[in-house]
Amino acid sequence: MTPAAATFHVQYSVVQRRTTSEPPFVRRTLIGVALVFLSLFLFLPLVFVFMEAFAKGIGFYFETLRDPNAWSAIKLTLLAALISVPLNCVFGVCAAWAIAKFDFRGKNILLTLIDLPFSVSPVIAGLIYVLVFGAQGWLGLYLNADNPKFPWLANWLNEHNIKIIFAVPGIVLATIFVTVPFVARELIPLMQAQGRSEEEAARVLGASGWQTFWRVTLPNIKWGLIYGVILCNARAMGEFGAVSVVSGKIRGQTNTIPLHIEALYDDYNFTGAFAVASLLAFLALITLGIKTWVEHQQAKQETSK
Amino acid sequence: MAKERIKARKIRVLPGFKLTLGFTLFYLGLIVLIPLAAVFWKASTLTWPEFWHTITMATAMASYRLTFGASFLAALVNAAFGLVVAWVLVRYDFFGKKIVDALVDLPFALPTAVAGITLATLYSKNGWIGHLLEPLGIKVANTQLGIFIALTFIGLPFIVRTVQPILEDLDPELEEAASSLGANRWQVFYRVILPMLTPALLTGFALAFARALGEYGSVIFIAGNIPMKTQITPVLIMGELDMFDYGKATAIAAVMLVVSFVLLLTINVLQWWTNRYNTNNLA
Repeated sequence: MTPAAATFHVQYSVVQRRTTSEPPFVRRTLIGVALVFLSLFLFLPLVFVFMEAFAKGIGFYFETLRDPNAWSAIKLTLLAALISVPLNCVFGVCAAWAIAKFDFRGKNILLTLIDLPFSVSPVIAGLIYVLVFGAQGWLGLYLNADNPKFPWLANWLNEHNIKIIFAVPGIVLATIFVTVPFVARELIPLMQAQGRSEEEAARVLGASGWQTFWRVTLPNIKWGLIYGVILCNARAMGEFGAVSVVSGKIRGQTNTIPLHIEALYDDYNFTGAFAVASLLAFLALITLGIKTWVEHQQAKQETSK
Repeated sequence: MAKERIKARKIRVLPGFKLTLGFTLFYLGLIVLIPLAAVFWKASTLTWPEFWHTITMATAMASYRLTFGASFLAALVNAAFGLVVAWVLVRYDFFGKKIVDALVDLPFALPTAVAGITLATLYSKNGWIGHLLEPLGIKVANTQLGIFIALTFIGLPFIVRTVQPILEDLDPELEEAASSLGANRWQVFYRVILPMLTPALLTGFALAFARALGEYGSVIFIAGNIPMKTQITPVLIMGELDMFDYGKATAIAAVMLVVSFVLLLTINVLQWWTNRYNTNNLA
């Protein structure tokens, strides 16, 4: 670099810093404000969960988690997530394929409908299933004990002792409802941005529809898919409002992890409540970790193209 | 003409349109739309005076005022601090920035019940924060202030995550042009940057507001849930359900649902506006 060019370079960078940045004290103040706000609302509560969880020692912590009611809650939560996440994953891929790869009328309405469960209060999400399957709901009308309109269905449900509301199926349904949009919301913008040309090329070269999906589409969307799945899973395992409406809260039977936390808290067993809560807080941290990692991978995939 | 023909062929090249759209509609109908319709079906079994009486009873009116007011204030506070957080994350470097960036999403990932008991304990009379506020005469637990704090917590990521990408894509030349024309830094921010961030800010605000309106889990533990004072609308619905008064619960739920639908439409229009702004900038 010639001396003249060097001088110019230095001057240029000085000028640039002056015009498009703020004086250091403004900068420090803004960083300070942001960090104080976040510490108060995010870091402090997070640290607090783990501190309280171990407040009575590690023995008490594992005793709380080994309690049969806690175990049954953990199993029920895993079951609800195991059913709802794959279903919503298939739904998300289908919806994204239809919306991103084809043109049709009413696409914006469909997009809005997919978002609906996000804007419905969890309490209402639970309520709607009570209205459909509960004793005073639609199904209840048809299965009315005195005068059932479908006696065979009433008998069959009675014989097999199948209950939906205040039982496991209701919990699973409510969990599915609140997690419907997660995978679809991740995949739709991603697949729209990627366009259709790669799939079309594969088809023209003779690949079948499934081959195109497995070999072309899936590798392109895998990071977005993982991202959607982990967010979906976090919500499925942590859902509280919707599940608490349909669960009936029978300890050891229809309590999920969040409902078990509430039960312990209502019993004034605060340390126990936080011990169980620390499981979900840990899950949240893992979720954020995977999310950050996936974003990193996605950026790498973008730049390598 | 030529364009139309290409379009028609494109549809034929890729398979699975009927299958995927069909499944999407079937699934949405079964899981979301038919159950939601049950709310309006149940509400319609009430007579009009019954319905009107339920949705305008004193406890319901108080709960609307509280829910809307606290949600609005929480979204407003989040808009201000969220903008600062997004700004700091995009423009400045500091120690631990990547961890801070990742943790902003914590309220999305942390189950509401966990957030609820944590905030309730932190702000209780003997809690870490509560015992500091107590001598100042500020009570948080079992007050409306507590509800506001819970709603601020759960709405925090919305503004940051909607403003951040727009701020990242902002063309530095616009700021350079403004300052070379004599604008000082504050003027550049106020007259050039802020107007371009407005659609994103409004979208984030609306998202945080909509989320706060329906929030249940993080609020019930800190609120105390006293009717007329600290009872938000979802808790009121829950209370009616616990008394097996499905008619009343459904009537109030119908009001909430209509509000949610209107907000959802507003948000979609705002997002469309944001995206248009964004692509204009990139072009």
